[in-house]
Amino acid sequence: MSGAVRPDTTRAGFAGHVPGEAGIWLFIAGDMVLFSVLFAVFLTHRAEAPDLFGAGRAALDPRLGLVNTLLMLTSSWFVATGVAAARRRRPRIPAACFAAALACGAGFAGVKYLEYSAKFTAGLTPMTDDFFMFYFVYTGIHMIHVVIGMGVLYGLIAYLRGRDIAVVNLQHLETGASFWHLVDLLWIVLFALLYLVA
Amino acid sequence: MRSLFLSRLTAIWLLLALVTIGSWVVGHGPGLVDHRLAGVVALVIAMVKVRFVILDFMEIRHAPLWLRLAGEVWCAGLAIGLTTLFLIG
Repeated sequence: MSGAVRPDTTRAGFAGHVPGEAGIWLFIAGDMVLFSVLFAVFLTHRAEAPDLFGAGRAALDPRLGLVNTLLMLTSSWFVATGVAAARRRRPRIPAACFAAALACGAGFAGVKYLEYSAKFTAGLTPMTDDFFMFYFVYTGIHMIHVVIGMGVLYGLIAYLRGRDIAVVNLQHLETGASFWHLVDLLWIVLFALLYLVA
Repeated sequence: MRSLFLSRLTAIWLLLALVTIGSWVVGHGPGLVDHRLAGVVALVIAMVKVRFVILDFMEIRHAPLWLRLAGEVWCAGLAIGLTTLFLIG
């Protein structure tokens, strides 16, 4: 017996552990850099036309932005709790948590549909002005992330279905969870930029 | 089951939700009279929330130093960069 002590993988974030597969962190880093540039470009254009951006922000429904932010945060909490449950080898709970997160993602998409519909009905499109060009392009790029993330969550639920929790590969769950949290944190910054400070 | 949901993750989620509502009030409710200050507060609050998501939901609080440092540096850099761009605008 070597006497080596294996890390306690039942605890969240045990020391020295990289959650998920290394490749997902490369993707996350690339996406974060890309969005950082997009955020900076937005504020640079805002500086050139503060009144136009202020009027654009005033035309958004802040309640919908708030609801979507709470949905994103809640979905992230469900996903993180699902991973924690899988780490403790609790059956059924991880899949239920991912399904709840998926429902939050669907709710987010539903609210976005209502928001886009209201804007188009009011004659506000990406061609209206710079603010709405940024609004539609940035939230559209983010929405693509949400849809991919929902596909990832569905994939994790399918992976867990009918599989003994004792043999579930936690790395798969952590990889999908990390992507979903990326979707959440990008929205947090978009919410602040578009709805609060524009 | 109780220990799973009565956890640090749940406390952080509640905190983030309350802070989100708070930043919304600052941006749209009675909030702050000074719009520039309100904007800076909203941006800083957003980046603090992002930091919690990265450290606790993404679980890199106890990850290897390179990964944690990358997350911390990105958060701090973006907070400083966005706040500066907002203020010079």
